Formats: sequence, C-alpha cells, structure tokens
Amino acid sequence: MLEAILLTVITAATPLVIAALGELVTERSGVLNLGVEGMMIMGAVVAFAATQITGTPYIGVLAGIAAGAAFSLLFGFLTLTLVANQVATGLALTILGLGLSGQIGESYVGQPGIKLQPIEIPLLADIPLLGPLLFRQDLIFYLSIALVIGIHWFLFRSRTGLKMRAIGDNHASAHALGINVIRTRYLAVMFGGACAGLAGAQLSLVYTPQWVENMAAGRGWIALALVVFASWRPLRVLAGGYLFGAVSIGQLHAQAFGIGIPSQFLSALPYAATIVVLIIISHNRRTTMINTPASLGKPFVPER
Amino acid sequence: MRIELQKRAQPSPLFSFVSPLLALVLTLFFGGIMFWMLGKQPVDALYSFFVEPLLEVWSLHELAVKAAPLILIGVGLSICYRSNNWNIGAEGQFTIGAITGSILPVLYPEWHSLMILPLMLVMGMIGGALYAGIPALLKTRFNTNEILTSLMLVYIAQLYLDWLVRGPWRDPQGYNFPQTKSFVPEAVLPEILDSGRAHLAIVFALVAAVALWFMMRFMLKGFEVTVLGQSERAGRFAGFSAKRMVWFSMLLSGALAGLAGISEVSGSIGHVQPTISPGYGFTAIIVAFLGRLNPLGIIASGFVLALTYLGGEAAQLSIGISEKVSRVFQGLLLFFVLSCDTLIHYRIKIVTQKLRGGAAHHA
Amino acid sequence: MTVSEGPAVSPLLSVRGLTKYFGNFAACSGIDLDIAPGEIHALLGENGAGKSTLVKMLFGILEPSGGEILSSGQAVVIRSPSEARSFGIGMVFQHFSLFEALTVGENIALSLDPKFSLPRISDEAARLSHKYGLPLDPKAHVADLSVGERQRIEIVRALLQNPKLIILDEPTSVLTPQEADRLFETLLKLKTEGRSVLYISHRLEEVRRICDRATVLRHGKVTGRCDPRQETPASLARMMVGADVAGVSRGTSSELGDVLIEVTDLSVPARTPFAVSLRAIDMQVRAGEVLAIAGVAGNGQGELFDVLSGEYTVPENDAIRIRGKAVGTVGINARRMLGAGFVPEERHGHAAVSEMSLSDNLLLARSQPDRRSFLSGGVLSIVRHSSVRSAAKRICEDMDVRKSGDDPSAGSLSGGNLQKFIVGRELDRQPAVLVVNQPTWGVDAGAASRIRQALVDLARSGSAVVVISQDLDEIFEVATKVSVISEGRLSPSFAAHELSLEQIGLMMGGIHDSTHSEASHAH
Repeated sequence: MLEAILLTVITAATPLVIAALGELVTERSGVLNLGVEGMMIMGAVVAFAATQITGTPYIGVLAGIAAGAAFSLLFGFLTLTLVANQVATGLALTILGLGLSGQIGESYVGQPGIKLQPIEIPLLADIPLLGPLLFRQDLIFYLSIALVIGIHWFLFRSRTGLKMRAIGDNHASAHALGINVIRTRYLAVMFGGACAGLAGAQLSLVYTPQWVENMAAGRGWIALALVVFASWRPLRVLAGGYLFGAVSIGQLHAQAFGIGIPSQFLSALPYAATIVVLIIISHNRRTTMINTPASLGKPFVPER
Repeated sequence: MRIELQKRAQPSPLFSFVSPLLALVLTLFFGGIMFWMLGKQPVDALYSFFVEPLLEVWSLHELAVKAAPLILIGVGLSICYRSNNWNIGAEGQFTIGAITGSILPVLYPEWHSLMILPLMLVMGMIGGALYAGIPALLKTRFNTNEILTSLMLVYIAQLYLDWLVRGPWRDPQGYNFPQTKSFVPEAVLPEILDSGRAHLAIVFALVAAVALWFMMRFMLKGFEVTVLGQSERAGRFAGFSAKRMVWFSMLLSGALAGLAGISEVSGSIGHVQPTISPGYGFTAIIVAFLGRLNPLGIIASGFVLALTYLGGEAAQLSIGISEKVSRVFQGLLLFFVLSCDTLIHYRIKIVTQKLRGGAAHHA
Repeated sequence: MTVSEGPAVSPLLSVRGLTKYFGNFAACSGIDLDIAPGEIHALLGENGAGKSTLVKMLFGILEPSGGEILSSGQAVVIRSPSEARSFGIGMVFQHFSLFEALTVGENIALSLDPKFSLPRISDEAARLSHKYGLPLDPKAHVADLSVGERQRIEIVRALLQNPKLIILDEPTSVLTPQEADRLFETLLKLKTEGRSVLYISHRLEEVRRICDRATVLRHGKVTGRCDPRQETPASLARMMVGADVAGVSRGTSSELGDVLIEVTDLSVPARTPFAVSLRAIDMQVRAGEVLAIAGVAGNGQGELFDVLSGEYTVPENDAIRIRGKAVGTVGINARRMLGAGFVPEERHGHAAVSEMSLSDNLLLARSQPDRRSFLSGGVLSIVRHSSVRSAAKRICEDMDVRKSGDDPSAGSLSGGNLQKFIVGRELDRQPAVLVVNQPTWGVDAGAASRIRQALVDLARSGSAVVVISQDLDEIFEVATKVSVISEGRLSPSFAAHELSLEQIGLMMGGIHDSTHSEASHAH
C-alpha cells in the first residue's frame, strides 16, 4: 500500500522536477520563459503521436524532447534576436502550444497509448521498498535524477555553468568579457524546452499513457513556481517537486476514500499549495533579491 | 548571416500603425500554409474562416457577442500591462464575476424586479475585482509574483464553479444536468437590436474602452499608469505609488473581467453551467497586445479575435476543419504581433558578411 | 611606415585612422595613436570625446567602422575580448564588469583560459595581489566588497594574464585620494616591469603626475599630443575642451538667512541587502549656503537623497524639517509644495523617463506643485498639455538645452543637455531648498559649468542648496561648506575655504580626525 502510494508520488513528481530543472537553467541564464506549459503540452502530444506511429515509446520520448526544444526556439528567436517582451512571448508560446497540440492530437483522442516500460536494475531492484521505488522505474525517472545531479554539477562545477551564471547575473559585463550572451541564452532556452518536452512525454507515455487535450493541466505553471520555490538551486527542485507530487497524489487518494470534502476542492489543492508556497518563499525579500538572477527577464541588445 | 538590431532614436510612428496590420497579414499567410498542409484549398479555407462570417446579419450579431467580453477584459488588461502588472488570471476573474453576479437570480429565482439586473452587474464587478484583489494583495504585501498567483487562481475558480453547478446551485428539476435554473427575464441582459442576439455587453465594452482611452490620453491617472510602467523609480520621484497602482490596475481589470463574466452568463447563456467561456480571459491577452495596449486599438483587435472564434465554428461546419484551428490562429497572431513590434523600436539589419576593421583604411 | 613621434623603440600597439560610426554619428574618426613599451600613456578628453569608444575597439568589444590596429607592427583584427587578451591586452573597466552574485575567485576565473582550474586561479590571484599590494579574498562575494576592493579584482584579473598593455578607464573616479595613491604605486611597479599602461582620465593633475605621454581627444578626433609633465593644467584643459571653460563665479558671500533644511539625528536602516544604513545624520543648511556632501560612491549618498526627497519617508516626523516644518513622514510632493526641489543622480529611469517627451518629463516633477497651471477638470485631473509644453519650452530656452525637434523624448538628448533640463525643471520654480545628487556626473564641461553656476546663483538669491558629489573639483567650485559621508555617517561640516583636498580625502576614507571636527563651528 505504502509502496503503491509512493510510486504514484514519484510518477506525479517526475514531470514537475524535469520541467522545473529545464526552466531553472533557462532562468539562470537570465531568460524568463513563461511558456513551459505550452512546450510541455507540445512534448506530450508529439511524444504520443510518434509512439503511435512507430510503436516504440523510446522514439516517442526523443520526439517529445525534440518538439519541446524546437518550440522553445520560437521563443528564443523572438526574445533573444528580436528582443520581444519575454513575459508576453512566453504567454504566446503557451497559447499557441495549447492550440497546436489540440489540433495535432485531435485524431488521437480516446486511443489507447503504449506505456513506457520500466527498466529493472539488476540486484538493486530486489531491495525491499527501495528497489521497486527507485530501481524498477522507467527511463524518464532515471533521467530526472541524472538531470538533477548533472545540472548541479554543471552550474556549480563547470566553467560553462559559471559563464551561464555570470550572464544571468549581469549580461552587459559578461558581454564585455567576451562571453557570447545570445548564443548561451539560445542554448539555455533550448535546454529548457527539451526538458519541458521530456516532461510532457512523461505525461502521455507514463503518467496516463493516452492523449487528453490540455493534459498538462497547469503543471507547466507549477514548474515555474517550483523554480522560485527552489531559489534557483537544482537539489531543492527535487525536494519541491516531490512535495508537490505528494500533495497532488494525496488529494487523489483523499478523493478515492471519499472523506466528505467535494472532489473539486481537493483538485484545487495543488494550485492552492502553489500559491501558499509562493507566499512563504517571496515573503522574505532579502533572500529573493539575493537568489534571483539579476538580469532575469531583461532584454539584451549587444552594442556593435 | 545574422540579424542586427539598431535602436531608433524615436519609436517609429509609421510602424506603430503598420505593425499590427503586418502581423495580421503574416498570420493569414501562415494560416493558409497550415490549411494547405491539412489538405484544404488555402484561399477557400481562409475565405470561409474570415470572410463568410461577416456576410450575414445574424453572424455579425454573434461577432458582437464574442467581441464584447474580449474588449471588456482586454482594455482592463491593457491598463495592467501598461503599468507593468502582469495579470494573466482574467479567466478566473471572469468566472468569479459570473458566479457572484448570478447569486441573485440563482438563489432568489422568484424575485422579479427591475433592480435585479443592475445589482447583478455591480455584484459581478465586485466579485471579479475582489478575486483580482488576491494577487494584488499578495504582490503588495508579500512580494509574490502576480503572474503565477493570478494564473493558479484561474484553476481554482473553475473548480469552484464546477462544484457550485454540480452541487448546491444545481437545478433540482434539471434532469441531473450540471446547471442552474434559467434566469428570470428581468435578470437577462437585453438585446440591443431586434435583428439578432447582440446584447448590452458590447455597449459596456465600447463605453469602457472609450472611457479608458480618455483616461490614458488626457488624465493625470493615465500619465501615472504609463510612468509607473516605464520606471517604478521615476514614478516614485513623481510622487506616484507603485503599490497603489498594483491595486488600481488589478481591481480595475478584475472588475471589467467580472462584468464580462456576468454579462456573458446573463446575456448569452441565461443560466450558470460548468463551462461559461471558450477562454476569453486568455484570448483577451492577445487582444490587448494586438491593440498595442491602446483602448481604441483594442476595440478593433477585439473584433478581429472574435472573428477567429466565429471563423473556427464556421469552418468546422463548411469545410470540416476542427474549431481548434482558431486557437492556433490566435497563438500565431500574438507571435507575429510581438515580432512586428520590434520594428517600432529598432531598425532591423540583416548582415550577410562580416566586415571587420582594416577593410576601410583611409589616410 | 615610420612613426612620426614618440620614442624610437617600435610601438607595442599602434592605431591608424581608427573610426567608429554609430548610425551617422562619428564617435571616433581617424584616430592615430602609438603606445611604446614600458610607458604610461594618458588618453585625455572630456565626457563624450570618444575615449571609451576607442578603448572598446582596442579590446574587441566594439567593431571599428574603419582604420586599423597594429600589434608590434603587424596589422591585427581584434574580434573579441579573448582575442584582445591573446595579443597581450588587459582591461580595467570604468563601470566594473564584475558579477555581484559570484565570488572573487569565480570572477577572476571567468576572464582566464579554461585550462586553469579554479583552485589554481585562486592561488595565483592571491600571489599576484600580494605582490602588487592589492589584498583580496578569493572566496568573498563581490556584492559584499567596497568599490576600491572591486577595482583590485579588476586589476588582478587583468594582471593574471600577464599582459603587455593594461588599459584603465577612469580608474580613480571611484577612489579616495589615498586609494588613488596606492593605485599609482601599483602602476609605476608595472611600468618598471616593462609593461605599458593606457590611462584614460579627465583628471589633469593625476595625468601630469604619473603619465609619460598624453594623447588628447575631442569630439572623436585627436586634438593634441604632448608630454603632460611639460604642460599646465590650463593648457591641457584647453586641448580637451577646445576653448577656455568659464569658471564658476562665486561673488561675495551674502548674509546668511534662516535654516531652510535641517536634519536631526536621523538613522535609517538599509532597505535592501545591497544598501547602506544611515546613522545619526545631522545637518543644517541656511538660506544662501551651498552644503556639499563629499564621499566615495556607495557610502549612503543615494540613501540620504531618498530620505531628503521623501521618496522614502522616515517614521520620525521631526527628523527632517524643511522651512521649519517637520516633513519626515510626508512624501516628495508635500515637500515640493513647501518649496523644495530635487535632482536625483540617475537621469534615465529616475529623474526622467527616457521614452517620454520632455514635456511629460516636466510633468513628472511638477504635477502637484504646479497643479493649478498644469491640471484642470477637478477630480478628473486633466492634463493641460499645451501649458506643460510651453513651460518645457521655456526651460529649454533658459538652460540652453540643445535638442532635435520640438518636444523630443528624454532619451534622445545627450547627457549634458538632459541634465540641464532636469536641473532647469527645478530652478524654474525658484525652489527655497534644492537637493542635488551628483549634479554633473557624465556631463560635458560646458554643461557642467553652466549647472554649477546655476546652483551658486540659486544660493545667492536666498535658497539653501545641498549638493551631493564625488567630484572634489566641483565641491570646491560651488560649496560654502563641506561635509563628508562615509559608511552612512555624515561628518560635521567645515567652511569650504578652511579645508584642504587632503583633509577631505582622509575623511572620505573614513578616518575622522577629532581635532578637525572642533573647527566645525568656526564659521
């Protein structure tokens, strides 16, 4: 019973963690992409479609990643090359993603999907409780853990990560030092898109292996809140993601038990929790000011 | 090859006017390509999408019905965005406005009075304003990002509406349909002409747009909105308060979204049901930007976006394309609007070959 | 090709006909320059003369529109700062290019070859900073460091690449005189090691003190080459400005009047993590006085301005008095209505909105004090654009603001012209109290002298003027008395004629000599 609940928590948390990690990298480079929801839903529909066409969910995963990255490129072109307003462009990305995914996915509504199968890790998978939870999981879960560690290493140990943090702190100075601000930001935006696409693929291939219109259901926005919650640190994204996963699974189980609270109120819990968490985190202006990448959301036009 | 931007000394007045039109043309062009990829004749499809709905009186009425909430919400949002407050939860404020505005006709279905309609409208505005007041309170009090909070509140509002119409507000004689009793005739927003469905909401929308245009153009309040949106610090120097502006813009846009909500329920639907909006609150964001955040421009852009809804419905009937195409059109349009706006502030140079120092040596 | 002047050794770096256009505007045109090995070469010129544009081209940040750069006689193209470094050029920026959120070590690592590991860079940085007398802690966060310490990072960062040429852009503008002395020692040490220094400044005294040769720029062209030690400050100034700049005339000091602005025991905690707390500030300025508040940037000047102007109010109403009325708790417009005027340091986005027209920017500061002439329609507060526009026009004429078009956006004006407008906007009201933060920062010499004269004239006509400034020349030109702000504390004031540059310098460095403060009540 406990094992089953924890498993669902992990499944619910994984897309949040992955999407938030991608956005974290984007924001560390100083770009605010509010289009996570749109990129995620595009990843979900393309992953599902590719899986249905090829019959191989792994191709679906790749297609989802590619769709998210390609979609984010649109955002990158507008905000980085044409210096359009990042907030508005992010919204546009979400609106377009929701429309386009509905259009692409129309013929797939109601079709049974193919689930991404777990990969057992020999020996480790036999440990009681931990084995089934951590070592009998699907590829995307393993990727999410690898991403947390990899991004932490990248940001705080690697030179490119250092450059990226420098750009996020002060793009004019980074430019003066000869760091290619625009190119790095393009890469960071595309990485964010790829992660959102992967998170979307998890939704349509693992979480509920089918296509439902608007199936991201605000997870992209929750991922954005998670980045703030984690104060732009990858390890805290992991903790926050699992916290949110627990809340959303908790409310599902509460609904199943029928504890007398209307299901709609329980369904609203993750959204209400997001607001509460944002209040707690933002409340301390000092920490927010120190942690927020200083050039976040500000346009950059290099002088030539 | 690369693209270089050169800041213009002054924003180009020509491109301020041309840019939305250019965006429309580009959207139509790419829309045509999309139809072609779906295996339709692009010209025919575009015709049935964008022209046919304009040819009949009844559908012009429908256009006004759909444009009204878009304009009402859009002008409110334009004040928010001008003042740098990113309310993207108008859909939630619309929903709550519809709920609070419907309290009287749903809970007191026997009350017949001429007072009921004005009261409903006022209550709808108050409901929308209070709901927008939540992100305003959180932003001013706790420094919380209003984008995320206002959006989360959309989901909460929709779930609350869902609970209401399936629970306490459900019509007991409604064959278990999740909807309330139909409003009494006194609670229905009257139509403006005999020839079709267009009701008073479009009048509210036009009045609101003109009033806000007047405020932005002539009043010190409009100046305050613009200054605080450009630079909070300069606004403080002028003696304006950014916090008060958060409240002003959020409450104003919330009230207008609430008015749109109750008008929609009262004028177009006639009862409350789980789904009362095809995403007006989000589409209005596009309306605001396409109208260049200018209330008069928003009147025009509101009708353009209303046409995408109507065209979607028409195209579904006549050429069998999904109405979801309209969402794609809306997204494309916003993208092109934002790209074309670059032309207002920058000259765009396409550099094909790198010319570097030493090439033009002169004594 | 022979080099026409300078020492016989072949130059380390030469520039021939270097030109840079921004649109139609030539920021640099046809610049020739030679830098010999082991010399300290001054690049002189007033603000906007093209000095920064020239060195940005040398460091690969800006792309030249024409001309060539020769490194040891070879024509080279410098496409980026890292290429500049590979030619042995290092740079210390005027506005530091440091990253506040990163540590000193990380900041240094960013500008170096990727082959060094972070710990090695830290060791090397520690060794170099010790050798040149520039102590640094590699693990410290830049946000916590003083301006002087930040400059050390920049210098150590440049030195770590073992450059042949170091470019310093206005290095002393942020230093106390004592810190500047220490910098000069470091530069002379570099010179003895055979390195060259390109020293950009508009401070004539220090150029005469340490530089071997000077190239003078004006309006983007070379207007003179000389040995600065053979010149007088006046002759250098003539080369820089092209004409004699009118000095500020002080006139005879008039009778002092009532106290018009008074601050008593005002303490304000820091508002943000990067701000300075104000501690027990006391000051009094009488009609006819100009109080100059000297200090190194970042010692609480901005914070002091904020509470004097009322942009941020304080809880103690009595702590600030304007014309005898307690105003601590009231906002900026209420203080304006009492006859006060304010000029903030930052022009763009504080004193003015760049995207808005001049007339809108006039309304920015005067919508309330001039309610009666600028607004109508009662509660609707309808802006009378025509009267605002004619007032803006009057100010432009009075202050000789050069602009293109009738009512252009503030952002299209040059720094000096916009500053004249911003100061004129307040003078137009004949304020009883005027508080100005850095009145001539980044302003050309002509505009600066006009603004300073206006401040002196305003005081003479019976107003109290507070000038917060980092520019000691300016302070001695306008002040009747001087205080120094350091780490949020304000020193007692001294009559301007009783103070020497050195005394101010010591106080700016936070060293208060108690015997001096006894003299504060002498006047």
